[in-house]
Amino acid sequence: MTSALALAGITKSFPGVRALKGVSFSLQPGEIRALVGENGAGKSTLMKILSGAYSADEGRIELFGEAVLDPTPAGMIARGVAVIYQELAQAPHLTVAENVLMGRLPCKGALIDWGEAKRRTMEVVDRLGFDVDPTARIGTLSIAKRQMVEIAKALARNAKIIVLDEPSAVLAQAEIDQLFRVVRQLARESGVAFVYISHRLREVFELSDTVTVLRDGTVIHNGPSNGLTTDDLIRSMVGREVGDVFPTRTPRIGEEALSAKGISTPALLKNVSIHVRKGEIVGLFGLAGAGRTELLRAIYGADPRGAGEVSINGAMASIGSPRAGITKGLGLVPEDRKTEGLFLIQSVGFNIMSASLAQIVRFGLLSLRRERKIVNGLIERLRIRTPNAAAATQNLSGGNQQKCVLARLVSAECEILLADEPTRGVDVGAKREIYDLLVELAEARGLAIVIASSELPEILGLCDRLYVLREGEVTAELDARTATEEDVMHFAALH
Amino acid sequence: MKNLPRGTGLAGALIVLIIAASLISPHFLNPINILNVLRQVALYGILGIGMTFVILTKGIDLSVGSTVALVGVTGAVLMEQGVPIPLMVLICIAIGALVGCVNGFGVSYFRIPAFIMTLGCMVMVRGFAMMIADGGTVNPGKLADNFFVLGGGYMLGVPTPIYVFAIVCIIAAVVLSFTPFGRAIYAVGSNEEAARLSGINVPLVIFSVYIICGVLAALSGLIFLSRLSVGDPNSGLGLELEAITIAVIGGTSLFGGEGTVLGTMGGAMVLAIIANILNLAGVSPFSQQVVKGAIIVLAVLLEAGRKPRK
Repeated sequence: MTSALALAGITKSFPGVRALKGVSFSLQPGEIRALVGENGAGKSTLMKILSGAYSADEGRIELFGEAVLDPTPAGMIARGVAVIYQELAQAPHLTVAENVLMGRLPCKGALIDWGEAKRRTMEVVDRLGFDVDPTARIGTLSIAKRQMVEIAKALARNAKIIVLDEPSAVLAQAEIDQLFRVVRQLARESGVAFVYISHRLREVFELSDTVTVLRDGTVIHNGPSNGLTTDDLIRSMVGREVGDVFPTRTPRIGEEALSAKGISTPALLKNVSIHVRKGEIVGLFGLAGAGRTELLRAIYGADPRGAGEVSINGAMASIGSPRAGITKGLGLVPEDRKTEGLFLIQSVGFNIMSASLAQIVRFGLLSLRRERKIVNGLIERLRIRTPNAAAATQNLSGGNQQKCVLARLVSAECEILLADEPTRGVDVGAKREIYDLLVELAEARGLAIVIASSELPEILGLCDRLYVLREGEVTAELDARTATEEDVMHFAALH
Repeated sequence: MKNLPRGTGLAGALIVLIIAASLISPHFLNPINILNVLRQVALYGILGIGMTFVILTKGIDLSVGSTVALVGVTGAVLMEQGVPIPLMVLICIAIGALVGCVNGFGVSYFRIPAFIMTLGCMVMVRGFAMMIADGGTVNPGKLADNFFVLGGGYMLGVPTPIYVFAIVCIIAAVVLSFTPFGRAIYAVGSNEEAARLSGINVPLVIFSVYIICGVLAALSGLIFLSRLSVGDPNSGLGLELEAITIAVIGGTSLFGGEGTVLGTMGGAMVLAIIANILNLAGVSPFSQQVVKGAIIVLAVLLEAGRKPRK
């Protein structure tokens, strides 16, 4: 039997990073293959190669025995590959039928034949066994239904290979069960092959026939899911024993440093209250859209607050701008370091010093000698891998860029650190170094730290306490040392 | 080419131009001609420095040519009325600062695109100059010696504007490289949101660079007035393009965050030498415009080629 998909030696580099190194695997019709790996392992790059958004530097892609020589997004769709991203690429103002049949609506003369469009939509929707009004606008549907619409769209295009990017991350258990039922049914009855990306290992065993593990852009494991244990998988994902991922904590917790009460924003947050004490690391967990980023930004003064009060060291603080937040000792690691954190075209030194220039001013002028000293000290202390302090930040890897953001806050001597996804897109080694730094800042220097993350293991492994957010509200406050993933997901998932 | 240190291309272009110029015309290396070229460098360079500040923040200021005209006309009227020179100079500088304020206010606080805001000001300011001069030119009478020296005089055998330009360059270089304000300018131009989240007062920085640009345009207007001895509301036409070209040739990125005073000085020299060659070779002023326009496009194209692509 010809493979539905065969990848051989796929390699892809970006300036400074080898994202994929010789990735090979094949996929039979009707096979469900789980693709697992840590953030930065290369999953999303591989997915973009499958969708035709990136082209590989080296290697060969075959679809049903035929080599794809010049992959483009349109070409890959035409060959039956459908990639369904976590952030669904839908037009919220269009109807279900328009989305499902996008680009190929049936016409009568110059006009769209709506009756036929509805009929065709219902045909695929029925095949998936779910219920939706083809004239409903996408924006009014739940996330679970929107995913189904995406799958329906793939089917309407006769997709033979469907790539699902962490579809379960935003679903409740019942919805996950339904999704799995649909996936299994399509695989068994229609021979659709699936690449299922997830970092919930339980699902891997429940759903998949085979597993591919990526680490640092290389395939570490390729084989049937039967006979593997969760520990095996984690070991091959992180490349060492699980216990090593997070530093050991010996928290020394002091007085309350920051307290936010009744924070509301016009768009999302509803009466959110959190607090964090000196030396404490507090986690904020929630699914996409739960309001983690919005909460940190509202506290920091980056976005206008509708209502709410912030106290710092027990005193009311009015923080209407990041500038005001900084003078009160707040520091923010923004969610997206490239668009909000760094001056990419400027040097590493420029970025590190940019929030603490006052330290090196003598008689109104900057002392470049003192700057060099501070910057070199931080480069060494945070182990920022850069040729020198004058190198442009854009040439650094994600992990080292993130360390520049952190070095800036260390240099600015902030007392309360609000870190939004501090290890997003950071490779495994740098991740541990960032964890070590955060723990050191909390335990040795008494910083109060709030970490917002979409990675639950990170929150549970690093924090003392955590808040769970759902749709702009705090649904639980838990002890991170005793809480389990199930506990947290129970409060985080949509019902 | 991308691996060479920054400024290599510019320095190379300058050397090539100087050699070419001395081959084309034996008069080029004549000290009198050299001083003439340098005077030209100074006149346009001052505007180029102001423009560099604005472009560093990703902005643009199209009103500098009109400011030169308004300052020229106002200065002439004030002198005609017998206003003392120091007071006249102060008023003219204040006018430049005021135009900068209006531009800066619109761009930073009302978030009007710099191109539109300064285009509006360019037309308005030119209109004011016309109104003051009532359509004609203003003759301030014989210039007082202490004012004439600013544009037309010499010190130690070197035209005065060159000294003025040198002082402007030194101050500008110190501000950009050795003050927190200078760092803030680069930060805002590199990434406005990151600058805001780092606690930089972004609107104030943007506001300030337009004032700096306006003040330097006024200074340049005074030098022109001193040289021409007449206030002409039609003077300074197209100077904004000259200033932008100088900054861009000097390596200032129109995408913000990149550019140096030294580069802009080099840019001013390149442009002045090209104009001088064309003059010495007897090329008509109309053809010269074609060449200058082509240079702008070429400079921007080269810069676009230097940008890394995704």
